[in-house]
Amino acid sequence: MSIWEYANPRRFMGWTAPLVPVLSVLAGAALAVGLIWGYFFTPDDYRMGATVKIIYIHVPSAMMAINAWVMMLVASLIWIVRRHHVSALAARAAAPVGMAMTVIALLTGAIWGQPMWGTWWAWDPRLTSFLILFLFYLGYIAMWAAIENPDTAADLTSVLCLVGSVFAILSRYAVNFWNQGLHQGASLSLDAEENVADVFWVPLVVSLVGFVLLFLALVLVRTRTEIRARRLHAIGLHERMG
Amino acid sequence: MMPELGKYAPEVLSAYALTLGLIAALVVLTWVRARRVKRALDAAEARRAHG
Repeated sequence: MSIWEYANPRRFMGWTAPLVPVLSVLAGAALAVGLIWGYFFTPDDYRMGATVKIIYIHVPSAMMAINAWVMMLVASLIWIVRRHHVSALAARAAAPVGMAMTVIALLTGAIWGQPMWGTWWAWDPRLTSFLILFLFYLGYIAMWAAIENPDTAADLTSVLCLVGSVFAILSRYAVNFWNQGLHQGASLSLDAEENVADVFWVPLVVSLVGFVLLFLALVLVRTRTEIRARRLHAIGLHERMG
Repeated sequence: MMPELGKYAPEVLSAYALTLGLIAALVVLTWVRARRVKRALDAAEARRAHG
């Protein structure tokens, strides 16, 4: 069986139904372990003091803000190339979750920045590209809501998603491109030398896993809702015509 | 048990409260809309089956 058959709406509803509760429970468990571990059982940092505890929510939410857009980009490309409706609906479903993650990253970053940098906000490359990413999320959601024809909406939002991907990538690599910013480098990296100390790293990874699972659970539920809403709309049209 | 947050207590607590509040709101809104749409679709399918 081709992998694309899993994107058939009926089949998608079938295989995701048992997955949602499993992902939800795992997400809740990983978030609880990661955040409780990080908040209650890790030491203060010698420079940042107790504010280091913000890392367990700020870093995972920032990573998910970018990765949600990457997921939307992949789903949009699948829509453009193969015209699979479920992929367009999955991209639409992911946008509010990604936007919420962006808001969390921006707010917790501002709260963390105030005592560390002496300011809530700076026009730093990473902060600025993140703010633009947030505006792209807003525009993407607004465009879906504003266009009545679902295929036209999927086409135009896919193009917007492609353009916004520049800022998603910039948000991730801005620190490497421009060195004059306030924001530090990556906290999590494949290069062990760049990582935070192990005592912070392990609960941070557990919390990150929790955010990823939460994202997956929410996107699946929201995609299922979008599929149902599309079917409901079709039935409504049929009833009005007949 | 409670960590000593010292002078940074307002920052740490407000960051956690904001995050947990936003995540809770996102989960509740997702769940409420999912239930509402499912109920409406079930009703529409039933109308279709009987009409």
